[in-house]
Amino acid sequence: MSSKTLLYIGKRLILCMLTIWVVITVTFFVMHAVPGDPFTSEKALPEAAKARLEEKFGLDRPLHEQYLNYLKDVTTKFDFGPSLKKDGMMVQDIILNGLKTSAKLGVIAAAIAVVVGVVLGSVAALRRNKFIDRAIMVITTAFVSIPSFIMGTLLLYIFAVSFNLVPANGASAQGLILPVITLSLSPMAHITRLTRSSMLDVLGQDYIRTAKAKGVSGVKIIFGHALKNSLIPVITYLGPMLAYIVTGSLVIEQIFAVPGIGRSFVSSITNRDYTLIMGTTIVLATFIVVMNLIGDIMYKVVDPRINLE
Amino acid sequence: MKKNIFSMQLDVDSFLPATDKEKEYMVQMRPASTFFKDGVKRLLKNKVATVSFFIIVFIVLASIFLPMVWPYGYDQQLGNSLYGVDASFNNLAPFEYGETEQALRDEGEFVFPHLFGTDSHGRDYFIRIVYGTRISLIVGFFASIIVLAIGMLVGAVAGYCGGKVDLVIMRIVDIIYSLPDMLMVILLAAVMKQILGPIISGTILADLGSNMISLFIVFALLYWVSMSRLIRGQILSLREQEYVLSAQASGAKSTWIIRKHLIPNCISVIIISTALQIPSAIFTESYLSFLGLGVNAPMPSLGSLASDALNGISTYPHRLFIPALVISLIVLSLNLFGDGLRDAFDPKLNN
Repeated sequence: MSSKTLLYIGKRLILCMLTIWVVITVTFFVMHAVPGDPFTSEKALPEAAKARLEEKFGLDRPLHEQYLNYLKDVTTKFDFGPSLKKDGMMVQDIILNGLKTSAKLGVIAAAIAVVVGVVLGSVAALRRNKFIDRAIMVITTAFVSIPSFIMGTLLLYIFAVSFNLVPANGASAQGLILPVITLSLSPMAHITRLTRSSMLDVLGQDYIRTAKAKGVSGVKIIFGHALKNSLIPVITYLGPMLAYIVTGSLVIEQIFAVPGIGRSFVSSITNRDYTLIMGTTIVLATFIVVMNLIGDIMYKVVDPRINLE
Repeated sequence: MKKNIFSMQLDVDSFLPATDKEKEYMVQMRPASTFFKDGVKRLLKNKVATVSFFIIVFIVLASIFLPMVWPYGYDQQLGNSLYGVDASFNNLAPFEYGETEQALRDEGEFVFPHLFGTDSHGRDYFIRIVYGTRISLIVGFFASIIVLAIGMLVGAVAGYCGGKVDLVIMRIVDIIYSLPDMLMVILLAAVMKQILGPIISGTILADLGSNMISLFIVFALLYWVSMSRLIRGQILSLREQEYVLSAQASGAKSTWIIRKHLIPNCISVIIISTALQIPSAIFTESYLSFLGLGVNAPMPSLGSLASDALNGISTYPHRLFIPALVISLIVLSLNLFGDGLRDAFDPKLNN
């Protein structure tokens, strides 16, 4: 790695940390700008009890002090404070609990999207303008345009309600099949299109013609020469893909009743569980920002020709 | 007369009046084509984009004019009358009628059919779909305009001023750009709803609903960054182009350069990215509505209709399919049309 690459990585790291700090700050102050305190929605509390609650959650201290404390707890101890609505539970425990299921869902969906997308994209590129290419392109265009929550509900209706092939409830292992498929379809379509266009680009290069002229077999050209280079644009998509999967899983988990982080986030919004909203936003945002950073760095490291600006 | 090739002596023949035959070369066979006409021609050749365009026009016209002629209102609970609530109007299947309507029909009178049936409150579902489409289109359109205005202003300032101003603006843009937009949108929409509600109650804005306004604010806060990046980049690169240099060298004033070179070269990129912004705004709106953060009830939007239908999915699947189909159709045709626009008006980008 040249010093230029290191400088770039350093710059990106600083920007990344700044972004995370902005996320924490914005989330904190936005949440505290909400009129009334978190307990107003419940039946009227006696003054003493209210004061007691505020003291317990540290809401009686001045705002800047609360902010600094929160910042310190989050960054040093991974402590997001107690949940306001789920009695006796810490926000980080709720998040970590949900993360187990959500991570399984997201990782499988991402893996399926990449593998199937690359294969379909390569097939489409190799059979350019043939029927199979056209078919793949039409289907992927449709998948890109259909919002994930609609895809999810349609799949739910077809496979779980009408044909009863899989359980509609995502709590069991079998129940995860549909949410995984739903989540992977749109990124898969994106990757297919990316792979196809970059594969076509690579197949027109001189070194492929040289390999062909030397009599290298078609399969070897694809796997030995073309595929590696045509995957570079796919790497740039990995960051946005994970962001898509994270935000997509918020509604998908809601639709299929998967007990993950997304569902607790959505229910925390409706319950006005402010500490949980803050915690989940910060954790998910940090994850997305870090994944984008890794994707960008990988992109620059993999292809040294790319201008580091 | 043989002439030395270095001779400066003028050739008298070159100054003779042109013959009629020579003049013919100067006659325009057909009127000159403008950039816009060329683009439209290229666009019309693209069948997919043309079909998408007509689908969009059809949907827009339908969402504007159908509510004027439709006999039912979007929030009109058909079963409710002076005599109480008639439950036979609730949850009708397509082309079914409520009891009183059926009685009228038996007498031979014409009753306007409920094309898509009614919902659980006895409201005509077709008109709710039309209104939902209208809301989604309005949100998409105005959000794009807001994004365009802010992005253009900031991008142009950064591009023109350069130096420190540019540096500061672009760092801010970098940070907002790397924020996970959907999460921030959800967070802001959830909070704005609480903050705006009491502020706007009693004003004209209350008719719009706090959710809709918070949606616009969210768009204004977050989505301008990519537009401003794009415009700044355009202006920076256009200023350095050779034809601008050549225009400057031949003495063109800067107003001429801006009018004749910078704006025409920028405008196609701006229009295209605005066109592609609309489906993404519609998408975001339906996503938020689906989470219950979209427009206020009883106002329908395609996302909230789909979300409401989820509860009765096994009994009334058509209530989910129709809004789902309409959203997909709108987003798909706007995307395809935007792509067609890009290919037609920005051939340089074509790859």
